[in-house]
Amino acid sequence: MTAITIDQLHKSYGDLHAVDGVTFEVCPGEIFGMVGPNGAGKTTTIECLEGLRRPDGGRLSVLGLDPQRQGYELRERIGVQLQESSLPDRLKVREVMGLFAAFYRRSADSTALLDQLGLAEKSGAAFGQLSGGQKQRLFIALALINDPEIVFLDELTTGLDPQARRAMWELVKGVRERGKTIFLTTHYMEEAEHLCDRVAIIDHGKVVALDTPRNLVASLDAENRIVFSLEAPVDDAPFRAIQGVTRVEQSGGRIIIFGRGDGLLVRVVMALDSAKIRFRDLRTEQPSLEDVFLALTGKEMRD
Amino acid sequence: MRGLWKLIVVELKLYLREPAATFFTIIFAPMLLLLFGTIYGNKPNPFFGGRGMVDVSVPSYIALIIISVGFMGIPVATAANREAGVLRRFRMTPLRPAAYIVSNIASYYVMTAAGVVALVVVGKAVYGMKFEGNILSVWAGFTLGSLAFFALGYLVAGVASTARIAQAVGMIAAFPMMFLSGSAIPLEVLPQSVRNVSRFLPLTHVVTLMRGLWAGEGWLKHQTEVAVLGGVLVVGIILSARFFRWE
Repeated sequence: MTAITIDQLHKSYGDLHAVDGVTFEVCPGEIFGMVGPNGAGKTTTIECLEGLRRPDGGRLSVLGLDPQRQGYELRERIGVQLQESSLPDRLKVREVMGLFAAFYRRSADSTALLDQLGLAEKSGAAFGQLSGGQKQRLFIALALINDPEIVFLDELTTGLDPQARRAMWELVKGVRERGKTIFLTTHYMEEAEHLCDRVAIIDHGKVVALDTPRNLVASLDAENRIVFSLEAPVDDAPFRAIQGVTRVEQSGGRIIIFGRGDGLLVRVVMALDSAKIRFRDLRTEQPSLEDVFLALTGKEMRD
Repeated sequence: MRGLWKLIVVELKLYLREPAATFFTIIFAPMLLLLFGTIYGNKPNPFFGGRGMVDVSVPSYIALIIISVGFMGIPVATAANREAGVLRRFRMTPLRPAAYIVSNIASYYVMTAAGVVALVVVGKAVYGMKFEGNILSVWAGFTLGSLAFFALGYLVAGVASTARIAQAVGMIAAFPMMFLSGSAIPLEVLPQSVRNVSRFLPLTHVVTLMRGLWAGEGWLKHQTEVAVLGGVLVVGIILSARFFRWE
């Protein structure tokens, strides 16, 4: 049985087709990511799955339940972290956990949860005193308080600094290891690539690609890039002759060598060495989901 | 209704942690009573039908507490919770909307009642205030008045797009009513022209009902007040339910 089934989901706001025929399935135990730029329809889709919005058309099933008609039963079994939500500023962390635990038939050990999320020493602090990252971790704790089968995370790391973001990724992986299915949205391609088992790329309310991050990147058949700086311009021709190199770009003392195949880097470095060319700042760039998005939609995916 | 009690307790705690809300609900009216009590005392006065200033002020100030909760507390808190996304977060749990509203109203009701108790205690202990009514009757009248004004408060919250607008609307409606309804200043002191206007203010009917029941008058004498407040309650519930928004 699938954890989530979406079949031809449609949702419009006036003339805007926010979600236009989205179809996919999520398997139990996987981290499934929906990625795309802001306004692509990710939040609308996730909110339809959570029962917060009523779809205009299509069939939805979450844990075999209809989010609209069986919303209360569904909410017993899912955990939700919303993109925009808050709690009363003067409510203490401990009280938040106690209160939300009381809403569910089943509840996880809230002390242990706070501990795992690094909030144990904040349990007496008021919500309003928490930092952005701490609030976000508290919302994850709330999403786990009913020991849910599926956890929905909407733009989990938006607004967090890179370090907090990486810590959050580890948390999410930890949640999955406890057997939960995770459905997340993000507009950070790097996040999707790092975290997700499978990714649906969404643009203008449509799914434009769906596969594992590795397969999506491989499907591009894109070139690797080797980039370095030179102290003085050199002739491109010897580089072009290297096996696997497809083209070379040189501008302002900077060279980019495009090519395919294993061992490309070694051959390039050996060529540089034998020609006694002095170079600096050499690095390689592999194609990423970012490039997949660019190839599929013809535009850069930036926040 | 799982979590209902817990939510009521949490709402009460949160209320007590808001200094402004606590002040206007529990401290303001007793303070006013002490202020005017010190100035005028509580000597029997033919102007108030042989009662003293304090005897008349206590039931009137009950209306003052009711309107400060209904028009200044509820609209701002409700709209602010909606604006910040607190209501959204609650909606993502199995908590029924009705349970949320009931717990909310219950906590406001308990706080308003606590304000009335504080007022009565000060009146009794400091001024030996006279009470000629029936406690159950007064309690029923208080409940009717409170719920009617709470319903209006939720209506203001539903209609106002933001907490700031809710605050402005609540205050603009509350302040003239406080002074023209006989809740802050006894009706007897106001000129006839003002009293003609007062008749159309719902809060005046709370004051009249509370003063009447306080003095031991029967409900039959107050059919108008009961009809007006009952009407406000029913219409208020219908409209506030119609305009209530989670986000």
